[in-house]
Amino acid sequence: MRGAWILLAPALLAGSVLFVGSQVAAQKLPEGNACIDCHQGIGDPRVTPPAEKFPQDIHLSKGILCQDCHGGDPKSFDPQGSMNPAKGFIGKPKHQAIPQLCGKCHSNASYMKKFNPTIRVDQVQEYFTSVHGKKLREGDQKVATCISCHDVHKIRAIKDQQAWTYPVKVVDTCGRCHGDAKYMQGYKIATDVVEKYKTSIHYESLTKKGDLSAPTCNVCHGNHGATPPGVDSVANVCGTCHSLTADLFNKSPHKKAFAAIGLAPCVTCHSNHDVMKTTDTMVGTDEKAVCVNCHDPKSPGYQKAAAIRASLDELRGAVQRAGAILDRAEHAGMEVSQAKFELRGASDSLLKTRATVHLIDPAAIKTLTDEGIQIANKMHAKGVKVMEDLTFRHRGLWISVGIILVAIVGLVLKIREIDRRQA
Amino acid sequence: MGRLADSLAGVLKSLNAWVDERIDLSGIRELIRHKVVPVHRHTVWYYFGGMTLFLFIIQVLTGILLLLYYRPSAEEAFESVQFIVTEVEFGWLIRSIHTWSANLLVATMMIHLFSVYFTQAYRKPREITWISGMSLFGIFLFFGFSGYLLPWNELAYFATKVGTDVAGQVPVVGHLMARILRGGDDVTGATLSRFYGFHVAILPLLTTAILGLHLFLVQKQGMSVPPEIERSGQPLRTMPFVPSFLLRDLVGWLSALAVLGALAAYFPWELGVKADPFAPAPAGIRPEWYFMYMFQTLKYIPAKIGPIDGEVVGVLGFGLGGLFLLLVPFLDRKTARGEKSPLFFWIGVGIVTYIVVLSVLGYVAPGGK
Repeated sequence: MRGAWILLAPALLAGSVLFVGSQVAAQKLPEGNACIDCHQGIGDPRVTPPAEKFPQDIHLSKGILCQDCHGGDPKSFDPQGSMNPAKGFIGKPKHQAIPQLCGKCHSNASYMKKFNPTIRVDQVQEYFTSVHGKKLREGDQKVATCISCHDVHKIRAIKDQQAWTYPVKVVDTCGRCHGDAKYMQGYKIATDVVEKYKTSIHYESLTKKGDLSAPTCNVCHGNHGATPPGVDSVANVCGTCHSLTADLFNKSPHKKAFAAIGLAPCVTCHSNHDVMKTTDTMVGTDEKAVCVNCHDPKSPGYQKAAAIRASLDELRGAVQRAGAILDRAEHAGMEVSQAKFELRGASDSLLKTRATVHLIDPAAIKTLTDEGIQIANKMHAKGVKVMEDLTFRHRGLWISVGIILVAIVGLVLKIREIDRRQA
Repeated sequence: MGRLADSLAGVLKSLNAWVDERIDLSGIRELIRHKVVPVHRHTVWYYFGGMTLFLFIIQVLTGILLLLYYRPSAEEAFESVQFIVTEVEFGWLIRSIHTWSANLLVATMMIHLFSVYFTQAYRKPREITWISGMSLFGIFLFFGFSGYLLPWNELAYFATKVGTDVAGQVPVVGHLMARILRGGDDVTGATLSRFYGFHVAILPLLTTAILGLHLFLVQKQGMSVPPEIERSGQPLRTMPFVPSFLLRDLVGWLSALAVLGALAAYFPWELGVKADPFAPAPAGIRPEWYFMYMFQTLKYIPAKIGPIDGEVVGVLGFGLGGLFLLLVPFLDRKTARGEKSPLFFWIGVGIVTYIVVLSVLGYVAPGGK
């Protein structure tokens, strides 16, 4: 058996090489291009990376080559000619010049429409509204520019799964700087954000459930105009996706209260980067509840929190009780799909109640939970009836089997009697 | 008690006399009086024909009751079955017994078929009995196939899709057959209406005619005695059909009824979820157990065998297998001459082994569950 693996190993290795090779050789580099020929053939690791990476660059697929960014004459194989400043050669652009260099094309609407009529052309303009852009203008050489997030010479379309800007990869792209405490020294901002984000429900939805609409860094902070949202704008940022919750919050007494004491909405209770899956225990007056962080036991808010939690617990308990008996009935082979379907109405009420918690209105919540409890109790009663039916069936069966057995015994005795008579 | 029995016997006697006066029952009485069943070490197999008949009667009775509530359309079929098992008094019992009884019927029919095969009861003069029996076997399999779709649940829908696809592989007429079965290019509500028509009208009509012929021939020719018993030369014992054999039959039928009740009460037949033609096929799609050996065989056949599609080869193979069984009374010349016929015995053993092994593999092999 081991021998077979040894024989298979070279084949697997060759297969892997061919597979990887096929991924790398995505596009063919043009022939007779002095830039490519020299950077490929020179053998110096300081200058070969651009030519090695370029086959996977989206620009190559659109016919945009080295000279379109760096200038020079690709037809001349004499370095004096090909890299002649008189022919527009700029060499490696300076860090500060990169946004304008990319913007030469990407900010030119009529040029970009040749490739994609719906493409954005305001990225550079937006970039200079970002903290990155502003600091770059101030002469900061460490802040991110286009190539920090999009890579260089291996720039991929944003929908490309291998692109640094693909949703699941964004956190690592931003984290290359924002997760590096040494690099970020001097900026006075936290560098545990990447680690924290990776524990969040948002990251879980994005990477484990494959929900590409789940937020990553750029969804809340913006991408080209990246900036931390202020206290006033947090609710708007979260409300982009959680619009119903944001509406309820805006109608709640918390809206004014938070503003008065300078608390940021949403993140005060849910945190920002490490947003966890919410549970009913977040509401109420016990240790795990976030309400007790601000409300003391004598305050009306404390009483409201206790009332809301009690309503939630009551509905959740009713749904679980009904669900459990219907599950038991289903496992016993009983048909309860309609009851289970109707129980969803109670689960929906629970879902609505959890969102309505943000309204901080115990009466409104009680109305919702009462509706759900009514449905859940009705379904529980159905479950009880089905289980009683099951018991009835089993009893009925044994009574019938008993009668049948008596009939069989009677028949057997009769057969014996006839056999004896015939013998 | 004794007086009641006496008066009941009196009423029956008068009723018998009244009927006899109008219709001469002496022929039937003579048949009952003289009909005997051979007694030997293979007599036990005789009971499976009667058991199959009993289960068929159960099918007819429960089927008629289900008809009162079932609605044959893609929009209402699932809901109507759901209504039967949840709301109709004893609907759960009727539906479960109908489904379990259908499965037991196929099982007893297979035992009956192979017991007849191995005791070579198909030999002259019972060729027509064998052919009518084989026809009934085919009809009952189609009863099962068509009935499986009627609750219009997810598993049945996709299994029917696969089943009719297989029928479509039959050379030359396959495409037409699949279209006739489906009532179109795909399995839709039209297929359901069609299968309902097959299940409650066409197949019962055919069954009544062929079963009538089959039972007539069995009465006319009597029970076959296996050739090895005949060859042994020992005097053959018999028992009167009425009451000795019939009472034994009754014991079997009552036992089957108890088993059916237990299955219905403890393992009610699952309804599943309603079919959604736009949903992807769920995992674990499989046919009824009696089609499993064919389904599993088709999985093992390569996509292409030479220039021919693997599925076509499979379907042709099963077709030829069925034809062989149908024509076995004419192919097995040695048995017809009263000689031993080991070749056909071993072919039978091979067929049974193949069906059992492939069916088991269908449930236990990787990807088979």
